Amino acid sequence: MGDMMKGNIAIAEAAVRAGVKLYAGYPITPSTEIMEYLSKRLPEVGASFIQAESELAGINMVMGAASCGVRALTASSGPGISLKQEGISCISDEELTCVVINVVRYGNGLGTLYSAQCDYHRETRGGGNGDYRCIVLSPGSIQEAVDLMATAYELAEKYRIVTVMMTEGALGQMMEPCDLPDFIEPEKLPWGMDGKYSYKKIGIFDRNSMTEAVDLNKKHDTIKANEQRWEDDGLEDADYVFVAYGLPGRSVKGAVRELREEGHKVGFIRPITTWPFPIKAFEKVNRDVKGFISVEANATGQLIDDVALAAKETVKDRNVPAYCLPCVYGIPSIRFTKEGLGKIINGEIKERY
Amino acid sequence: MAKARKVPAIIDNPMSFCPGCGHGIVIRLIAECLEELGQDQNIIFALGVGCSSLLGGGLVTDRLHCPHGRAGAVATGMKRVQPENTIVAYQGDGDAYSIGIAESINAAYRNENFTVITINNTNYGMTGGQMSWTTMPGQVTTTSPLGRDCETTGLPLRFPELVASQFDVAYAARGAVTTPKNVKKLKKYIWNGLDAQVKGEGYSVIEVLSPCPTNWKMTPLKAMERIETELIPYYPLGEFKARKEN
Ligand SMILES: Cc1ncc(C[n+]2csc(CCOP(=O)(O)OP(=O)(O)O)c2C)c(N)n1
Ligand code: SF4
Repeated sequence: MGDMMKGNIAIAEAAVRAGVKLYAGYPITPSTEIMEYLSKRLPEVGASFIQAESELAGINMVMGAASCGVRALTASSGPGISLKQEGISCISDEELTCVVINVVRYGNGLGTLYSAQCDYHRETRGGGNGDYRCIVLSPGSIQEAVDLMATAYELAEKYRIVTVMMTEGALGQMMEPCDLPDFIEPEKLPWGMDGKYSYKKIGIFDRNSMTEAVDLNKKHDTIKANEQRWEDDGLEDADYVFVAYGLPGRSVKGAVRELREEGHKVGFIRPITTWPFPIKAFEKVNRDVKGFISVEANATGQLIDDVALAAKETVKDRNVPAYCLPCVYGIPSIRFTKEGLGKIINGEIKERY
Repeated sequence: MAKARKVPAIIDNPMSFCPGCGHGIVIRLIAECLEELGQDQNIIFALGVGCSSLLGGGLVTDRLHCPHGRAGAVATGMKRVQPENTIVAYQGDGDAYSIGIAESINAAYRNENFTVITINNTNYGMTGGQMSWTTMPGQVTTTSPLGRDCETTGLPLRFPELVASQFDVAYAARGAVTTPKNVKKLKKYIWNGLDAQVKGEGYSVIEVLSPCPTNWKMTPLKAMERIETELIPYYPLGEFKARKEN
């Protein structure tokens, strides 16, 4: 087992090892250690670090680097990611590739500094103008985040799409033992610009939006078919299935273990890709399941929408109730989840869908 | 008969500018300079939004259409990962000095090693002639219908002077497309700016006073006259940051 490392630092080092050639960003808690670390580390490996004047500028610098076919990175939280939406939409539209790390913090507007999962809708639906989606990876541990860093670029490049690494404030700030991956020296992507006009479709010129729309749908369908990732347990005989990602996903695993020991037939699905949503996991669920329960760290419940849709899509013969246990911010405790199940069983908490 | 000049190889398709527009002249000059400097097969354009973006359709070069105002940031990213390429940000005044003033100022502030060419036509051309930060006092536009009132809108911005006086940039100049003499001078400025970049001296900006007959609601000739009589006195031509002797 590797050394104890802080989440943000481990992720930043994993990015260096994945061959990132440019980082551009702007400080914001709880993501800042990523840029602080890279300000020293990237020049050591001959890559560029830019402290941008704003998040807007940062993502557009990433777009410039990405158009040249190299691995580019930015990271931020809440309000900073809001500013980056323009650039993410444009990068998606041009089918360029990059990784955006969102260390999610709670709140609307300026938000707070608390760890949360309140950006689920924004990250999984797009967020900027247009019809695009990003592949969204939602790790539940520092090791998983580190292991997914190279994957994030591989997926981005395979599909020419933006990959979002959606972590949480607490994951960025906590320490865990962690093994770091080996260094990769990625090749410059063949379509990247080099001044020689060898690749021709970048910009709004030479484009046919009608055929591109068909291609875009095909691309999204392929990603949905091939790139769903998740962890599950106890689905075959479950009366109730919890669905939770990230740190709540980890906590729910503990709750399921204890509830099973107490004789409750429960299982869990922990999405690792939140887009594409792991609908295939739901196909494994006991056909007589009594309910799905999302456990999430936000105020209103966001993941619940995808859980209900997945239930509708997979258990087609009846309307399985979908319940929501939102815990606002932080990490829902095992006790919170167990008590939530009790309230659902005794009718104190009604189904959302 | 006078000998016809050769069209630079990177100019390919016709571009759909209005009759009498200044953009076409500037693009021709940029293409000639790139060819003369041996950079025409080593060039990436960061194109602004607006009539500047029409440039992309006519050139056989690498080019990325940047979000409105952000070309300064996009070009920064390009140059940092590909320092051996020549990078040109080509923008309108609304793009570079209004919505993109932060990106423009900060690229100059960092002395990024690329060249910015800004077409100052004192309005937002493509969207139908709204006021921009370079609109002249009293100028009627679709959003200053009574004429620009500088009491409430600020004074027209002189960007090359600003960065030349405040920042450590390599080169800053302003030219115009009004007369053959001015066009020749402008070409020299563009050449200087690009050459500064090729030699790694840092940020260069060339602003061009350019007519927009369509939105100024003038004939092309009247529009050229307006530049001479009204604009040049406020926006002087010349080099504000000359290059070190080389
Ligand atoms: C974010 C954003 N806001 C507004 C627009 C609409 N828009 C397109 S072109 C333009 C004006 C461009 O004016 P300028 O930069 O002066 O260039 P010109 O057309 O005069 O060459 C505007 C406002 C846009 N495309 N994107
Ligand atoms: S609107 Fe103005 S700037 Fe745009 S092409 Fe026409 S004349 Fe040129």
